[in-house]
Amino acid sequence: MTISINGSAEEPPDDPRVSLLDYLREHLGLPGTKKGCDQGACGACTVLADGERILSCLALAVQYDGRSITTIEGLATNGSLHPLQRAFIEDDGFQCGYCTPGQICSAVGMADEVQRGVPSHVTADLSAETIELSHDELRERMSGNLCRCGAHNGIVAAITQTYARPAPTEGAAR
Amino acid sequence: MIPVTYARVTDTADAVSRGAAVGARYLGGGTNLVDLMRETIEQPTALVDVTGLPGSIDDTPDGGLLIGAAVRNTAVAEHPAVRARYPMLSRAIVAGASAQIRNMATVGGNLLQRTRCPYFYDHDGSRCNRREPGQGCDAVGGFDRSHAILGTSPSCVATHPSDMCVALAALGAIVHLASADGERTVPLTGLHRLPEDHPEIETVLRPGELITAVEVPPLAFAAHSTYRKVRDRASYAFALVSVAAALDLDGDTVRDVRIALGGVATKPWRAERAEDVLRGQPATPGSFRAAAEAELAAARPLRGNQFKVELATRTITAVLGGLRDELTGDQA
Repeated sequence: MTISINGSAEEPPDDPRVSLLDYLREHLGLPGTKKGCDQGACGACTVLADGERILSCLALAVQYDGRSITTIEGLATNGSLHPLQRAFIEDDGFQCGYCTPGQICSAVGMADEVQRGVPSHVTADLSAETIELSHDELRERMSGNLCRCGAHNGIVAAITQTYARPAPTEGAAR
Repeated sequence: MIPVTYARVTDTADAVSRGAAVGARYLGGGTNLVDLMRETIEQPTALVDVTGLPGSIDDTPDGGLLIGAAVRNTAVAEHPAVRARYPMLSRAIVAGASAQIRNMATVGGNLLQRTRCPYFYDHDGSRCNRREPGQGCDAVGGFDRSHAILGTSPSCVATHPSDMCVALAALGAIVHLASADGERTVPLTGLHRLPEDHPEIETVLRPGELITAVEVPPLAFAAHSTYRKVRDRASYAFALVSVAAALDLDGDTVRDVRIALGGVATKPWRAERAEDVLRGQPATPGSFRAAAEAELAAARPLRGNQFKVELATRTITAVLGGLRDELTGDQA
């Protein structure tokens, strides 16, 4: 079998100890996915596995044989940035940029989770079939991605602009 | 460098055959084992990937649920039957880790995750009986603010880190096991051992034994249940104290109650003493507090974690009060 990386079929590593993160960066030359803590605490290494956000530092590459991985390098289509990537630029969703690929991949996965009604720690009604991506929901759902520059307001704005339904009254959008 | 083999199994017989080998470890989502391998605390020579075993969430004939061990944590938390019938379980899961980790972590792996005691992790700098039997424990007398107050021993004061297990303890879950010798079940509250003199033996699992499923028995009043987690930051932190509780009232009297605690004990802690004290009592803050105090009477706090006794007492009292208010319609 092969691992699909941004649509390209790749051979898994021979050594099962290679993390998905090191496989992407060191074996395939895709340095967009970042190594922050390398222990599952920061979210910088977030990628999408069959559309679900995961931490590539805690994943062994061989476990993803036969599955489809999307990294920050695979989000743009035909040379055009993903809408969330554009929103991060417009809303100053980063300063140093190191956490940004993880933030963006995480938010793409998060939007799918909200769409299918996955509850979060702040979801008041577990029986609700639809979830509104409120400020509190967004911050809780993105809590696995740390930004040491403190660009969180821009990050929240970019994700809100891209994924939250327009509020009926003047909201936090800018 | 220690060579490691990797095998992805698709049936339980193959899994337990491979898992019986010396040096073999079952691999779920990897969120704990991969980290521990990197820290050299775990040094397996064979990884048996059990994420491909049949994993689903099914109704049992008696009205409970059978959750396959390979089911991801997110899949349990979002399952309609779990949300409707066992809301404390959904709430416990989404209170733990981050969404990325919940998408990876399996139910079986969650049960077998190891403590996050910093002295356990500090391979080069600290003594730890759990990591190196008989070595001593640097947590006692050290920075012990996050450590356990219940179920401890002079050998070990490390907490069990799981949120999900706390809800499963309250719900009376049953763990299904398989090995080359056959199948058996143990109650979740009997899966993890108290540290006593051998903290390195963390569970009653036999060598090579595999968790295949977790059964949640029917419990009608668990539909009125919740999970509250108190931690140092609002999200993505381990519990200082957590409480899973379900309450059943007969008028103003407590007909039945389930309480389990996280963040304060060396294993997922079913608060049976508090439950016993509370059954038949009036559903008042005074009764709730008395029950909590009865449970915490056994607490053996350390220098830095004495606050957990009162924090746990207050959290139990508050959670039960909230459930009572919901049931009696005092407030939303």
